[in-house]
Amino acid sequence: MSASSPTVVDTAKLVRDRRRAEVTKNWYLFRSDVSAMVGAGVLIVFILMAIFTPLIANESMLDVTQQLDVARYAPPSLEHPLGTDNLGRELWVRILWGSRVSILVGVAATLMSMVIGTIMGLSAGHFTGFFGAVVMRFIDFFLVLPSLLLAIVLSSVLERGVFTIVVAIGLTSWASTARIVRSQTLSVESRLYIERARILGAGHRHILFKHLLPAVMPLVLANTTLTVGTAIIAESTLAFLGLGDTNKESWGTILKNSMDISAATAGYWWYVLTPGIAILLVVLAFTMVGRALEAIINPALRSR
Amino acid sequence: MSSSIQNLPTSSGSPDQGGTEPKTDIGEPPKGGSAVSYFLRKLGGALTSMILVVVLGFFAFRMLPGDPVLKIAKERPMSPAQIAELRSQYGLDKPVIVQFWDYLVGLFTGDLGQSYVYRKPVSALIVEYLGPTLLLTATAAVIAIALGLWLGQLAAWRRNSLFDKLASGTSLVFWSVPTFWLGLILLMIFGGTLQWLPTGGMITPGLEPWSLAAVIDVIKHLILPVVTLVAVVYAQFLMIMRASLLEEMSEDYLTTARAKGLTEDEVRTKHAVPNALLPTVTVVFLHIGGLIAGAVTVEAVFSWPGLGKLTFEAISGPDLPLLQGTFVVFSAIIIVMNLAADIIYRWLDPRVRRA
Repeated sequence: MSASSPTVVDTAKLVRDRRRAEVTKNWYLFRSDVSAMVGAGVLIVFILMAIFTPLIANESMLDVTQQLDVARYAPPSLEHPLGTDNLGRELWVRILWGSRVSILVGVAATLMSMVIGTIMGLSAGHFTGFFGAVVMRFIDFFLVLPSLLLAIVLSSVLERGVFTIVVAIGLTSWASTARIVRSQTLSVESRLYIERARILGAGHRHILFKHLLPAVMPLVLANTTLTVGTAIIAESTLAFLGLGDTNKESWGTILKNSMDISAATAGYWWYVLTPGIAILLVVLAFTMVGRALEAIINPALRSR
Repeated sequence: MSSSIQNLPTSSGSPDQGGTEPKTDIGEPPKGGSAVSYFLRKLGGALTSMILVVVLGFFAFRMLPGDPVLKIAKERPMSPAQIAELRSQYGLDKPVIVQFWDYLVGLFTGDLGQSYVYRKPVSALIVEYLGPTLLLTATAAVIAIALGLWLGQLAAWRRNSLFDKLASGTSLVFWSVPTFWLGLILLMIFGGTLQWLPTGGMITPGLEPWSLAAVIDVIKHLILPVVTLVAVVYAQFLMIMRASLLEEMSEDYLTTARAKGLTEDEVRTKHAVPNALLPTVTVVFLHIGGLIAGAVTVEAVFSWPGLGKLTFEAISGPDLPLLQGTFVVFSAIIIVMNLAADIIYRWLDPRVRRA
């Protein structure tokens, strides 16, 4: 501020303007990324379909007892757009209903994993000494062991159900987030404003929540989008191994049913193909959006 | 990967040193230190992980809600007397501490308990099924690493070319697919429709072991599971190698190499790639764990008689002692692989070796 113009500066407005400019710039960057926009489009379509499934296809269409006069193993045709399964259920109805559980589990497990990963990463980066070292070892352990292996163990000893799957994936997949958060915390921790806060008498809580958390949040958000894809694959894998809720449709459950009747070798290709393509589309969409977000947050990645 | 305990800014709590401390990432082993202390530190880390696995293996299967015996009792009708009988048979009526002690003693004497389903010792089952898993994962690992690194360096060198876009695009697609689904698709095409390759198992019954016909037969059975595992894993290696080489590509020594009159290929293979390989090695070994986890579903799809299939059967049992056994053994393999990665890294990178 120059001394000649003693105007009152509205700091709140400055901050608002800066944030708005930031959002506009980032939105522009996101929009100019074709694959990210395609991914976002696919995601919106799938999420809307999942939300409005009960309106599109009544739940009774999944009831085996009401499909007695429907052809079994009918290949895709005008009458049966995606074909029917071994019990005469329409695959498109099963995939619609399955999208609800698959996407819900993916998102819920990711949220859980992000919360744990952020807490662990922040503690490992911020606290020094014994506590930090213990947290570090813990992260290392979960980083080394594949989360699928741990998730299998957890979901096989807990009561079968959608919630168990969420917990099993969420509790075991946070290590890579913790790792990213930790290295970001370490780099922020060395900046001068943290030192200034410390000298002014800021405690751990103030530094963690006022300075470090906001600094790692953008990274965590980009990571969230990428992790949802991994979590959806993990859900389908657990369901495929028979650890899912057999009473709830999910894409993994459909694939498990197809495996149970050896659909792959018996020539019922639509039974195997369609749920997998649904998984592929959604996971790819989450990945493309996540990569674009990551590139916006970390410009160094943009050139790659 | 016990790496970073040493590298944490443990500057006795004085905050002003925070900025000068080296900031190392978890995947990056610390530099310096004598070979012995480095090795001991890594060994200590691996041992801690192993202890965590052992403890987790016990508490997950004995402590968490969902009494294993009640779970079995739910599957088939049982009288209370039978349930009590089953409890004492598996030692579940003893106090937890005693159970834990028995479990530890068992682990060290190679006794992993009795499988509910197979009615055989778990350790005998694991020994029987370990070989095929090692054959499958090792073959897949070698091919995936070679393919991924080779394609990765080509993609980075021709950044933004059609080849790069295709290579990166395909790896994104493979990354977005569940391993078992890819297996099902391959099974459908090559085992079902075309009938070129066998649909499951490891060897056609009746062949004389180690005869030429038997070896060819095993290779035929091996193709589809290996291709599935490679397809899912090579993409990660490709992306790591690509990113690593891209980082090297702006370095000055490459300009020097070009100025000396080396051809582009020589600059790449003699200068850039060896340097880019270094950071890649550790990350590649970290992903071996993922390969082993992938083996669980692939073996289930192709009925490959390995630990993965054993795990799959233990899940459907449910056969908790067997599941516990495969979990501990799988984890042990992965931890040993990571220890190996740390040692190889030190041997490969002279900067770490010196001092």
